[in-house]
Amino acid sequence: MHFLANPARFLRIARPATGWLLGIGILLTVIGIVSGLTLTPPDYLQGETVRIMYIHVPAAWLGMLGWASIAAAAISQLVWRHPLAAVAGRAFAPCGATYAAICLITGSIWGRPTWGTWWEWDGRLTSMLILFFLYLGYIALAASERERGGEGRLAALFGLVGAINLPIIHYSVLWWRTLHQGESITLTGTTIAPSILWPLPLTTLGFTCLFAAAALMLMRAELAQLRVEARIRREARA
Amino acid sequence: MNQWAFVVAAYAFALVGTFALLVWAYSSMRRAEAEAEKLRTRQ
Repeated sequence: MHFLANPARFLRIARPATGWLLGIGILLTVIGIVSGLTLTPPDYLQGETVRIMYIHVPAAWLGMLGWASIAAAAISQLVWRHPLAAVAGRAFAPCGATYAAICLITGSIWGRPTWGTWWEWDGRLTSMLILFFLYLGYIALAASERERGGEGRLAALFGLVGAINLPIIHYSVLWWRTLHQGESITLTGTTIAPSILWPLPLTTLGFTCLFAAAALMLMRAELAQLRVEARIRREARA
Repeated sequence: MNQWAFVVAAYAFALVGTFALLVWAYSSMRRAEAEAEKLRTRQ
């Protein structure tokens, strides 16, 4: 990670990586979605609506990955004072917020035909909604600190404290058994039939590449803005 | 309601959201890098 502490070195890697991630992400996402909509059978209980899984699960994963990345960037900033950590944290936030919102909306749409309701104050749904609000708070706090010329330490602390919500989201289906189903996919196996499951890794990997491409583009945008601001300051002093 | 209506609505939200994020990130990057390049070549 310290290898990337130099912004020029980071940009040498980020520029080609952005295009590759975009290309691979679009390809995998399209293949996964088309396969999920046309090649897999309907579920014996849920029918066709099971196909929402191919976008809902990646969105949930990316909503949580976004905040885990913010927390990792926060540790990197607070402990090692990594010069790109605050920039990375600010770039991950809108990407994670977008996928947390997609997860909530697609989950709600999936819930209506499956549970008979658009929303329930269930442990998983509520903790995911809290994650979305945490993102909004982080974005506002980080933007305000950046505007005041701060280093972003307050936002980093907020990112670390907010990470407490991640295990709560993960274990919510075990702690509060209400409406949301329990864990279908674990490290040791899955309860989903292989004939239905197989497009899920494709869409998950595809959306993850798109998430990474968006985060890299936002980091590049902020680094360019910082260069402009630094130059304007230098010119003003001269 | 037809089950496919729910599937189409969910996919529409996911794809529009992802597309909007990518377009916003790309336009922010292009604008900022063009501005930085303009300042650099002005010197």
